[in-house]
Amino acid sequence: MAPKAKSVKPPGSTIGAKPSKMKGRPKIRDDDDMTEIGDLGDDSYVHGKTLVKPDDQLDLSEVELKEEFTRILTANNPHAPQNIVRFNFKERTYKQTSSVEQIAIHFALDGNMLHKDSDEARRQRAKAGMGESKSEAALSEAGEEEGGEGEDGEKEEVVEAPPPKKESLRNQFNFSERASQTFNNPYRERGTATEPPPRANFSSTANQWEIYDAYYEDLQKQEKAKDKTKQIPTYRKEDDKTKKKLVAMETASDDISRVTRAAKIVERMVNQNTFDDIAQDFSYFEDASDEFRDQEGTLLPLWKFSYDKAKRLAVTSICWNPKYFDMFVVGHGSYDFTKQGRGMLLFYTLKNPSHPEYIYSTESGVMCLDIHPIYQYLVCVGFYDGSVGVFNTQEKRPGPVYKSTAKSGKHTDPVWQVKWQKDDLDNNLNLYSVSSDGRVVSWTLVKDELIYADVIKLTVDDLPTEGPDGTQLQLLGCGTSFDFHKKIDYLFLVGTEEGKIHKCSKAYSSQFLDTIDAHHMAVDAVRWNPFHPDIFISCSADWTVKIWDHNYGNQAMFTFDLNSAVGDVAWAPFSSTVFAAVTADGKVHVFDLNINKYEALCEQSVVQKKKTKLTHIEFNPRHMIICVGDERGYVTSLKLSPNLRKVPKKKKGEENVGIDHEIEIAKLDKILSLVREPDNKEKK
Amino acid sequence: MSEVEETIKRIQSHKGVLGIIVVNSEGIPIRTSLDNSTTVQYAGLIHQLTMKARSTVRDIDPQNDLTFLRLRSKKHEIMVAPDKEYLLIVIQNPSE
Repeated sequence: MAPKAKSVKPPGSTIGAKPSKMKGRPKIRDDDDMTEIGDLGDDSYVHGKTLVKPDDQLDLSEVELKEEFTRILTANNPHAPQNIVRFNFKERTYKQTSSVEQIAIHFALDGNMLHKDSDEARRQRAKAGMGESKSEAALSEAGEEEGGEGEDGEKEEVVEAPPPKKESLRNQFNFSERASQTFNNPYRERGTATEPPPRANFSSTANQWEIYDAYYEDLQKQEKAKDKTKQIPTYRKEDDKTKKKLVAMETASDDISRVTRAAKIVERMVNQNTFDDIAQDFSYFEDASDEFRDQEGTLLPLWKFSYDKAKRLAVTSICWNPKYFDMFVVGHGSYDFTKQGRGMLLFYTLKNPSHPEYIYSTESGVMCLDIHPIYQYLVCVGFYDGSVGVFNTQEKRPGPVYKSTAKSGKHTDPVWQVKWQKDDLDNNLNLYSVSSDGRVVSWTLVKDELIYADVIKLTVDDLPTEGPDGTQLQLLGCGTSFDFHKKIDYLFLVGTEEGKIHKCSKAYSSQFLDTIDAHHMAVDAVRWNPFHPDIFISCSADWTVKIWDHNYGNQAMFTFDLNSAVGDVAWAPFSSTVFAAVTADGKVHVFDLNINKYEALCEQSVVQKKKTKLTHIEFNPRHMIICVGDERGYVTSLKLSPNLRKVPKKKKGEENVGIDHEIEIAKLDKILSLVREPDNKEKK
Repeated sequence: MSEVEETIKRIQSHKGVLGIIVVNSEGIPIRTSLDNSTTVQYAGLIHQLTMKARSTVRDIDPQNDLTFLRLRSKKHEIMVAPDKEYLLIVIQNPSE
């Protein structure tokens, strides 16, 4: 656009008089510069000086026409905004821009002029230089057409000169980029992970008892250390073994044999549940009807013990454990001469009626047994084959620890009774046995063997009889039972198959102190009274139970006829006047001489099948129960009703003293005196 | 070892016994006569209870120790015999 001349016109002219012209003009856009030509509607300019009045021109008066309007020309750009407000992030407000650019660009044209000394110019000149030289050459050609040949060489020179000057030009306009990339090797990832160190979580609580345990263990270790220093180095091996065992224990955590103790406890618990009512009866049941029946009592059946392997075998002996009052030992064998087989030794506890604690199987039938009063794990047993054995329950051997053999003087007939005696002078264990071969033998446990010593031979007559060839034979009776006096150590009684009871002494081996013709048939049991020093009781297959005073050997103090062969009789440990007997018709008879001197207080059948013989009876030393064995292999426990276990009333304050022996003795004496006087009278 | 096996068998075949579980010291059942889910449940819960019971007894007197634990409920009775490393649980129905 060619710049137009701006004519300053007097007032009233189109340029200045904006307001006058506003109405008439078409709408002007904001970007229109009013100072532009804009005078298109101005006819005066087109037509020279002719004034043509437009139709819509304001009619002003002369005064008004002469009015002077002041117009100020400023350099401000009328199009530029006057109040730009921008948000100031610093002050977080809208702020008015103080100064606004007033420059208005009307026309812009980018030139392509370069300074002659600039790089680009130089480059171009270098490039153009070639062309110039060419044109110069052309000019020179043109100028000097005549000297053509001579100047060819120049030309050539000139032409040759620029090429070595030629540099690699960087074409600014024809820029081509060429990029190259090295080959990227494919990546391969390789990782290793180490195994994390094995971790174990440890958590623990610090209780009072944990601390106590730790101290206790420490104490044990210290004690062991002390022992180690004292003992021989061979013990180190044992320690190693125990250490190994400890290690083994940790690793063999699945070893089920370690649960033994817990399993036993649980079994007892289970049994207690099953036999709960019996356990309750055992502890608490008292037969109330006894109050009304003065002279009668009952036996309450409690647990029944049986072991299936021993079912065919008769109970040949029972013995209560003198220390653990719930344990007892039962010996099984056979009384039948023709049916002789094996035997069994079973240890039961009342806490577990379903299964014995210890089981021992023997080759020949067990006939009798006795538990050592001090070492309760030692049990001596007499066998049907005449040998005597000692079992040790602490050792896990299936058989007896000691056993007498034919060489070591075993009996030639079944051993009917064995009894432990006090240790001899060398502190060796000592036991006695009586057998049908007519010998009472004392056995001493020395180291590994049993050493026997004949105590006495049961001779039938004092005079030896004559044998067929004139030699003198000593006939021997068959001993079936014996009992040692509780107080007088050397005194003992022996019952025989002939029905005699011999009073013997350990000191005299050939002679009896006394002989009593007690029964008509074999004496099955003979027992001293636990309280009274003179009284003993005997029972026999001749249906009778007799009570004797050994000072008066001629006649029994009391005789009881029980209508059936009596298998066993036992005194009660709590009273001097109470005793019980078992018969072959399956009945248990309980007597209390204090209450009734002639009749039993209780006659009760305790067997399920009739015709089962009862073979043995034993009172429990602590509880008021009795154990009865029968020929079928069952052991039944029975509880005595209150009437059967009357003890003299104790004074207040003495109740915990225990059974008063003297009272018991006095009680029995009183009864005996009633009986004795007529005896004495009879004697006289 | 067979003695214990026999004992456990006897207990299992005893009247009214529903099951027997042997649990080790970490509460993991080693031997059981019940199904797996029941066993795991019993083992975990009873182990915790026994630990608590034992802790109680011993806190009162450190020289004392828990002998056994009986838990009688309407339906049956749970008997627990703790050992040093093991726990024996027997579930029995006592009224049968």
